Amino acid sequence: MKILVALKQVPDTESRIKVAADGRSLDPADVKWITSPYDEYALEEAIRIKEAKGAEVVALSVGTDAAKDVLKNALALGADTAVLLKGDGQGDAFAVAQMIAAYVKDKGFDLILCGNKGLGGDNAAMGPMLAELLGVAQANVVVKLELGEGTFTAERETDGGSELVVGALPAVITAQKGLNEPRYASLKGIMAAKKKTIEELDAAPAVAGAQVSALALPPERPAGRKLEGEPAAQAQALLQALKDEAKVF
Amino acid sequence: MILVFCELKDGQLRKPSAEALSEGRRLADASGKQLGALFVGASSAGAADAAKYGADVILTAEGGTLASYSSDAFAQVVADAVKAKGATVLLAAATAVGKDVAPRTAARLAAGYASDVTALSIVDGKLQAVRPVYAGKAFATTSFASAVQVATTRPNVFPAAEKAGAGAVEALAAPTGDFKSMVKEILAKAGGKLDLSEANVIVSGGRGMKDGANFKLLEDFADAIGGVVGASRAAVDAGWGLPHSMQVGQTGKVVSPTLYIACGISGAIQHIAGMSGSKFIVAINKDPEAPIFKLASYGIVGDLFEVVPELTKAAKAMGIGTN
Repeated sequence: MKILVALKQVPDTESRIKVAADGRSLDPADVKWITSPYDEYALEEAIRIKEAKGAEVVALSVGTDAAKDVLKNALALGADTAVLLKGDGQGDAFAVAQMIAAYVKDKGFDLILCGNKGLGGDNAAMGPMLAELLGVAQANVVVKLELGEGTFTAERETDGGSELVVGALPAVITAQKGLNEPRYASLKGIMAAKKKTIEELDAAPAVAGAQVSALALPPERPAGRKLEGEPAAQAQALLQALKDEAKVF
Repeated sequence: MILVFCELKDGQLRKPSAEALSEGRRLADASGKQLGALFVGASSAGAADAAKYGADVILTAEGGTLASYSSDAFAQVVADAVKAKGATVLLAAATAVGKDVAPRTAARLAAGYASDVTALSIVDGKLQAVRPVYAGKAFATTSFASAVQVATTRPNVFPAAEKAGAGAVEALAAPTGDFKSMVKEILAKAGGKLDLSEANVIVSGGRGMKDGANFKLLEDFADAIGGVVGASRAAVDAGWGLPHSMQVGQTGKVVSPTLYIACGISGAIQHIAGMSGSKFIVAINKDPEAPIFKLASYGIVGDLFEVVPELTKAAKAMGIGTN
């Protein structure tokens, strides 16, 4: 079995977001970069499949040289090989899906795993777009995955519940928190990863469907007020305010 | 045409779909276009509701092969409808199905896609979208390069406005089958409650709840005021047995309810990112310095174990409850 894990480098969740001088991109100063957490579940799942039934795991990222950190980490965690599709990292989800589809074609992958969304961009689009471009099955926001002979059964989160999706391999599966508990890299894994090289390829030409034309911070929230008194009085005052001022009830 | 992919539940138009239709109507009026509502499934009973929200045309792809949701089959039907009608804008609500089918359809149409948008407009004849990025820490204006533009609308953001439309029904062909994937079984919903992303009122608990069992306090209060219970990442990761589906924050659900009540939540950036789009925020916390108070429309400095039961009692006494 051959598994591709697509990984994205994103700003850490604790990062404060500042808009760059161009008014449409993120100011990278002071941003700590990490592997998108949902991609970590995808990678862990691939490694577990490899351990359980044997598989070749290829880690892939699209971006600049900076994205090599993500791939080195993936190698340390257990990916067999790593590929960087070099691009400027500016394309939308559709452009990235085209680049990955161009790489994947005819390489015989049985399974493609990635996060259900890239943290930050929050598009939740690359996986399903890739599935469509490759003409294969998809299951998104997956919290449980079982593989059969040329088939998969995935439990995916829905609005307030979940559902079982069955489909044929090859397939694109996008991971959700809960799918597994990602491991930490072992010292041995980190040392072994240092000896591995990252294959670097130019990303295939792609056409973006959309672009960010402006990035802005949310408006400041109006100042609030504190409700004083004993708990019973506070409770009464809050509900009264929500009813009369906010008109929530 | 502006086409809206709509969902039915128990023979009724889902509220997030009514919201998407209303926004579609507004855009259709602004650009002098027709509004189409598209229904895909085993039965389209209830689809006529779309006319209440301004649909000029109601397209129905009905058939046994579409009884269970299939990503590839639905994307094929939706893309074919867009092509058949020459639609330039495709909208869907950002629900579990909407978020699954819309990007796949967009790729099929070589169309740009904006997900979970909070504002839409037509600029120079094309859709322009505003959407939260970094889980609401910033807002990105998205413009499109493609001939067809696809977007999913965040539930609870666009008002569902009734406006009568002609609602002329037109049947579309259903695919014959042989799909790549399909939903085999819908698993039980947790208590039949609304999903957090659709809830109008959310009562959330954080590390200050001290234990999963104490969430009963929040459930009682939420029940009294017609709300749904959420949790911070700290609470979900604490090993209290709370499911991840309850998590509000950058790595959980991003929500925009009318009212968000944060109990024992300090207000980490991670959490604030997921709920700062709420219209009104109430913070209940022992620590007067907790960052959550900076966002709060109303703050209560106090012990949630004393305050929340009083709130439940007062809500019942006042006969409060949404709807």
